[in-house]
Amino acid sequence: MIVAKLIDTTLCIGCKACEVACQEWNDQEYTMGTFDGSYQTKPELEANFWNLIKFNEVEKDGATSWLMSKYQCMHCADAGCLAACPAPGAIVPLANGTIDFVHENCIGCGYCITGCPFDVPRLNSTTKKAYKCTLCSDRTAVGLEPACIKTCPTNCLTFGERDELLRMAETRTVELKADGFADAGIYNPQGVGGTNVLYVLKHASEPEQYGLPKDPVIPWTVSLWKGPIKWMGMLMFWGTIFGAFFHFVIYGPQDPEKHGHPRDAEEEPSEKP
Amino acid sequence: MTNGWTDVANADVVLVMGGNPAENHPVGFRFVLEAKRLRKAKIICIDPRFTRTAAVSDLYVPIRSGTDIAFLGGLIHYAISNNKYQRKYVELNTNASFLIAEGFGFSEGHFSGWKDGKYDKATWQYELDAQGYAKVDPTLEHPRCVFQLMKTHYSRYTPEVVANICGCTSEEFVKAAAMITIAAAEDKSGTVLYALGWTHHSFAVQLIHAAAMVQLLMGNIGMPGGGVNAQRGHANIQGSTDMGAWNTLPGYLKIPRANHENLADYLAANTPKALRPNSLNYLGNTPKFMTSLLKAYYGSHATKANDFGYGWLPKVEEGADHSWGTFFDQMHAGKMEGLISFGMNPVANGPNTPKMIRALSKLKWLIVAENFETETAAFWRAKELADKEYPQSLKADDIQTEVFLLPAACFAEKDGAFVNSSRWLQWKEAAVDPPGDARRDQDIISDLFHAVHDLYVKEGGARPEPLLKMQWDYAKPQRPQLGEVAREVNGIDLETGKQLNGFGELKDDGSTACGNWIYSGSWTEAGNQMSRRGQADPTGLGLYPQWAWSWPANRRILYNRASTDSAGKPWDETRAPLRWNGKRWIGDTPDYKSDAAPETMAPFIMLPEGVARLFAPELVEGPFPEHYEPAESPVDNALHPTVNANPLLRTYNSDMDHFGTAKDFPFVAITYRLTEHFHYWTKHTSSSSELQSNFFVEIPEELAKEKGIANKTLVRVSSARGKIEGPALVTKRLRTLKVSGKKVYQIGLPIHWGFVGKVHGPLINNLTPSAYDPNCGTPEYKGFLVNVEKIG
Repeated sequence: MIVAKLIDTTLCIGCKACEVACQEWNDQEYTMGTFDGSYQTKPELEANFWNLIKFNEVEKDGATSWLMSKYQCMHCADAGCLAACPAPGAIVPLANGTIDFVHENCIGCGYCITGCPFDVPRLNSTTKKAYKCTLCSDRTAVGLEPACIKTCPTNCLTFGERDELLRMAETRTVELKADGFADAGIYNPQGVGGTNVLYVLKHASEPEQYGLPKDPVIPWTVSLWKGPIKWMGMLMFWGTIFGAFFHFVIYGPQDPEKHGHPRDAEEEPSEKP
Repeated sequence: MTNGWTDVANADVVLVMGGNPAENHPVGFRFVLEAKRLRKAKIICIDPRFTRTAAVSDLYVPIRSGTDIAFLGGLIHYAISNNKYQRKYVELNTNASFLIAEGFGFSEGHFSGWKDGKYDKATWQYELDAQGYAKVDPTLEHPRCVFQLMKTHYSRYTPEVVANICGCTSEEFVKAAAMITIAAAEDKSGTVLYALGWTHHSFAVQLIHAAAMVQLLMGNIGMPGGGVNAQRGHANIQGSTDMGAWNTLPGYLKIPRANHENLADYLAANTPKALRPNSLNYLGNTPKFMTSLLKAYYGSHATKANDFGYGWLPKVEEGADHSWGTFFDQMHAGKMEGLISFGMNPVANGPNTPKMIRALSKLKWLIVAENFETETAAFWRAKELADKEYPQSLKADDIQTEVFLLPAACFAEKDGAFVNSSRWLQWKEAAVDPPGDARRDQDIISDLFHAVHDLYVKEGGARPEPLLKMQWDYAKPQRPQLGEVAREVNGIDLETGKQLNGFGELKDDGSTACGNWIYSGSWTEAGNQMSRRGQADPTGLGLYPQWAWSWPANRRILYNRASTDSAGKPWDETRAPLRWNGKRWIGDTPDYKSDAAPETMAPFIMLPEGVARLFAPELVEGPFPEHYEPAESPVDNALHPTVNANPLLRTYNSDMDHFGTAKDFPFVAITYRLTEHFHYWTKHTSSSSELQSNFFVEIPEELAKEKGIANKTLVRVSSARGKIEGPALVTKRLRTLKVSGKKVYQIGLPIHWGFVGKVHGPLINNLTPSAYDPNCGTPEYKGFLVNVEKIG
């Protein structure tokens, strides 16, 4: 069963409860921000901030509107990050559709960032690993909904079986159209094979007003990389690593005495009378 | 709230004005969105700012801060002149038909009786017949009946006049009025949600009266999805109001005045008499409530012979006022020795911060009991102290105030009840023990009581009785448990020792004791009703009568008798909280005698009139709300330029009470709260501080362009009281308004920062004036004048 999140932006009040729930559940380190001229908590996602409400002031037909939408990993069916990742087991597609990052396998190359058409993953400069929303895989594994869903006070967020949510989204779209929002629709971009995070938008033909890319596709460089070049690249990449490893096994470590490395000399002054 | 949060889902129209529930009550706001989704309710947001509530509303209309009475007055005019009000409801449930004394009128900004800066209310009274009952004209045609007087009074509030005062367009006003008056239909109801955007004005009580008038005209009071609904800010602010203040005893009983020398005097002055023959006048039972309260205070010391200890209660001098503004003014004048501050942070939340700080510096001692060090506990290191703009500049070393900071437990570290906006008393358990040396409030108060009590016993002193006669018979007198106090508040039959079932059982002969009559029924012999969590919903209206306990009498919708017509038949069969089955009322706890036939008794049993007041003579500045400008305003009052502000506006005359004019301070400022923070508390927590670490000044795009202010530019905002600095947030959401032909800009100032906590920022109240509502003493935190300069 593929699971998904449905975000009905018409019910989002930008309260940021989902941001706090995400931070709390994932034991994130809180960082005080500098003012960026907006109500938004951060200008963009960060390695320790995976769920961001975007605030967009839009003027349309002389009327002001303030569009709020929750931004996080989209858990794409055809995930750009997964396509780009060279480290086996670092990005894992789970059976329920979640794209999960396994940090002990991450080599911190940052290719997933390039591969993501939604600009989601972020590299932590200390741990040198990439981070993003896990769809709370540690909660969903035991039958709980993600933390953001659990905390949403307005029922703007729903979690469940993807097909069922798509039906709900369609019903909601019909309702909105009946209420006079002719452009209402579902955001489920096909350029990435559809996403497991679905949005209901009043202005579906202009998702960029909500801070969502209009027609996201995996960058061609990554697609190419995913094809023949990936195998060549993989061969070269791992070849180098294995080469270095076997060189170590066969020839042993470098001899600092022989090379006279100044740093090593400084480190052991007592042994050098 | 007359209704409750869960009931908002029953509304067809949701008027959000003077409040911003999407930001400040996001959890309660789910019921607004439920009404929108499931009932196709229209949400109308009237606010100076385009808020997060406006973002999900069907209609947003901007108005200038402090002009809400003009808007609501315009609605009254619109409803009457377009016949969009519920006539039958108005005839049945309001004092529209009551005749008013000869000579009542309004001209040039004053009601009749204005002389030497005061009102003589002789002409504001009902005309009475020989039995002392008010005369009525059921046809509403008599020129001196309330309906006709109201119609005349608001005839000046045309859409054009409203637009000219408020700064919206008349088309916007009419669009809003048409949407709001959908609720005038018998089978439609509309709710009004408000909060501090209405109460923070120097005409706050009148403003809420105006809202009540609109709701009465629409036939919305007593209806599911109707009512006038105050969204309370703090989890227990409703409870603290219910339990009394300087001018009220628990249950809104009036505080004794010095001229009420004995209990009989007090009761004569404070027990209303029925004004119509069919009025139940429930508050005629005041002697029972008061006597039982005295028995709860003084126990066996209170006897009939000693007036139940009435003489031991403190009395307020006739005409005196001890509200916030006055006692801080007296403190500033050096007339107070000390202050005990629990859960209050006057330096951050009082208006005119420089005056607050100066006043505290004149105390001998200050006790602050808090979870954290607050700006008040640390006032002696506020930079505002040494501000050169004030002549009596002080250094911390010169301050003689001794400050005691007592670490106090926070809400999760103690049990007890929260009373929410819906009037639900919800009991909670302590989740954890207080950390370190922190102690529960009741333990701190108990120790204080015993220390002072013992000193009186040992050393004697003037008037020791209030302490020495106080009943304190808790199992462990040093450590009273909140459960014991709650049972005392509910009330006890002193003859049987049993818990009372409700205030209907109270007596005035000293045989019952009750700490707060409106809470009677909350802890009966059946146990603690406040800890109930039943989810049954027999009316299908989301009233959940077995969830916690709601005051009064577990009634979920106040005035619910008005949801039915004269025969007890619901106005709307699909939304009936109550109906008459021929023998008794069924549904919600009736706000009526449960077995009284509908024709026998007037519907509003709590009022001596038996009906609701469109005309309310007890308010000090007039029986009808009138538009007055805030204490500081950019324009003259368009209705009566010679009487600009509230004629009875309360101000003070210390050397720190300054007011500015539009010449020096051309912009209207509003202060407000953000979703991300709770008041001045959450700047002590990491998670909320991360969400909004920084103070900012919201500036309209057009003004920013004029002044060359870009987003994030550092600006200085100044008023006649002080100044603050912060980065600009330039926004389209603050529209330029056109008022009396003049461009008016509004500046937005969120409040949450200070000089202690994880994140710092300026204290907004450096700017706000010492201008207060004359009815309730609330400060005018919104709609004052400032200047803005670019400094970055």
